[in-house]
Amino acid sequence: MAGFSTTLHRSGLDGMPETRSAMAVRALLEIRNLEVQFGTEDGIVRAVDGVTYTIEKEKTLGIVGESGCGKTVTALAIMGLVQSPPGKIANGEILYHRNGKTTDLAKLPPKGRAMRAIRGNEIAMIFQEPMTSLNPVFTIGFQIMEAIMLHQRLKKKEARTKAIEMLREVGIPLPEERVDEYPHQLSGGMRQRAMIAMALSCNPQLLIADEPTTALDVTIQAQVLELMNALRKEFKAAIQFITHDLGVIAGMADDVAVMYLGRIVEAAPVREIFHAPQHPYTQGLMHSIPSLTRSRERLVPIEGVVPDPSDAPPGCGFEPRCPKRMEICKTEMPPLKDVAPGHSAACWLYGGTT
Amino acid sequence: MTTTPNDAVLLDVKGLTKHFPVRKGAFRRVKAAVKAVDGIDLFIREGETLGLVGESGCGKTTAGRSILRLVEPTKGTIVFRSRRIGGEKASEARDVDVVTASRSELKALRRDMQIIFQDPYSSLNPRMTVGAIVGEPLLVHRMARGEERRKRVEDVLAAVGLKPEHMKRYPHEFSGGQRQRIGIARALVLDPQLVVCDEPVSALDVSIQAQVLNLLEDLQREFGLTYLFIAHNLSVVKHISNRVAVMYLGKIVELASTERLFVEPKHPYTEALVSAVPVPEPDYSVDRIILEGDVPSPIAPPSGCPFHPRCRYAIDVCSSEVPVYRDLGHEHFVACHRADELSLQPIRDLATSSKADASA
Repeated sequence: MAGFSTTLHRSGLDGMPETRSAMAVRALLEIRNLEVQFGTEDGIVRAVDGVTYTIEKEKTLGIVGESGCGKTVTALAIMGLVQSPPGKIANGEILYHRNGKTTDLAKLPPKGRAMRAIRGNEIAMIFQEPMTSLNPVFTIGFQIMEAIMLHQRLKKKEARTKAIEMLREVGIPLPEERVDEYPHQLSGGMRQRAMIAMALSCNPQLLIADEPTTALDVTIQAQVLELMNALRKEFKAAIQFITHDLGVIAGMADDVAVMYLGRIVEAAPVREIFHAPQHPYTQGLMHSIPSLTRSRERLVPIEGVVPDPSDAPPGCGFEPRCPKRMEICKTEMPPLKDVAPGHSAACWLYGGTT
Repeated sequence: MTTTPNDAVLLDVKGLTKHFPVRKGAFRRVKAAVKAVDGIDLFIREGETLGLVGESGCGKTTAGRSILRLVEPTKGTIVFRSRRIGGEKASEARDVDVVTASRSELKALRRDMQIIFQDPYSSLNPRMTVGAIVGEPLLVHRMARGEERRKRVEDVLAAVGLKPEHMKRYPHEFSGGQRQRIGIARALVLDPQLVVCDEPVSALDVSIQAQVLNLLEDLQREFGLTYLFIAHNLSVVKHISNRVAVMYLGKIVELASTERLFVEPKHPYTEALVSAVPVPEPDYSVDRIILEGDVPSPIAPPSGCPFHPRCRYAIDVCSSEVPVYRDLGHEHFVACHRADELSLQPIRDLATSSKADASA
């Protein structure tokens, strides 16, 4: 797996794979062989275990996976928010490209000046639960202004004007009044809009959205997703969209990476993932969800449960549950390997060597 | 018994209402009421699954709990057609009104009406072993003791896919999916007729969710169970239900067979709800109806039709008169003034494939 780089962009013109230099121009964030570990009483948990992917400018990368697969920890590592101890970035690079310069975020001290200048400013994050991620004792206006004043060096009055403008941008009615309200005075959907306003207030290059609509009702989710789609065109930010909901991914992402037990098991453009999934886990996920659009048929669940990450199998993490497992899967970890242009999977079914 | 529901109605609910008082001031006087359930009518046939969908706060959970009288209904009747009052299998079915049932009648009824809760983490006592949790209903109802009880618990654990050695373990030793199986075993140990499933899979990951859904279907076939399946996830409800009721602000706005509801929705809220579901197909295009605003407060629901402030088809009458909940034929119930004239958007793929499906 080490050193194996997978690009998630679609292949270039004429079906030719793009050269590395062309990719470097478009890449905004390259994560290479990232490993995040947590020390626990039961030993070391490899929450992220050698993850490699690229986010391109203005593109949306969807990261799908079930609870505990490491999708949120990967995002926290990018933001320099992995709590240490018990967590640490044990290995790998998080290369952030801007203005021709490359910074390895994994090497920056999380509380240092350089990281603080990027976090919340160039890379912003929207969290799942807007009630717990907004501070209940400050008005939403204050919390948006805080970020603006810190990163953009605007005066208080200008920052307030900007905060109101952002609230209007995300579709909060009567923003001049709402700006002075506290989080508890807003409904769930409105709170998530306020979070989005805060995240976008500094014009980030990359927006990380971690399950932004999971806590919302379906009609409110539709509102927020539509808003995010409109804003991503307007703000031209790249988005890393983390969710467990395949339906949301299908509507939002350009490219998709599927994670299982701390690793990316498959990565491809969104249509390929849904129409030609290659990894048995991805295929299993697709068969597990009841379809709204097709007539009903019996579900084919994935047998068993996700193994405890502190006691992960030595070979492929999915081997104990895999309907297509082979002898090699028990002992050898399959590398992420191209199975089609721009489409990679980590599975011994598609050959390859360690 | 088979999964095909027969015509016998097991549960008939009429005008079910649950208002929670809102007390304010120094004297804790009742100042208002949260109209959590505001007069719903539904019936469930033996052996079928009735899905109850709606967004948070629509009253679906309160409706489910009122039906079991876990919360006291304010008004209405809940007629349960019991075949075995007091443990004895009766030759003729007898109607019992759950709302007016005496303490002892209610206890007997509870054998036949069980519930599976949403959260498998908070609904199991962490200090009891699995054997004690699943066996407790047998003690309460004096149905089995000692070795017989152990055997019965073992059988029901096997039915839900757990092993006899799990009896000695505690809930924290199990994963979410397994805990939900324990909750299902506890509900089934009394051999009930009706099981209210309150969001039984929404706390589970998708791969585990599919396992539990399949299990619920298998158990229904094996034990001839009738389900009231409460959930917010439309795909799940469509998958498991024979008929579906859609709730909004304490009222059922539409109720029909699953096929009819998704192919020929008659209520604008159903249409909007269905169109809002993200479909896991990148090329699926739908005219997504984005509802404006939030659900109004059930303390002061809008006048007339509760949905009219967000409805794109609303006309004058909708804000002044409450629409009558009526049968449009084929047991397609709807509460909308314009149900006869509107032609609403179905699920596209389903509408085209439904003909083939109906003939199958």
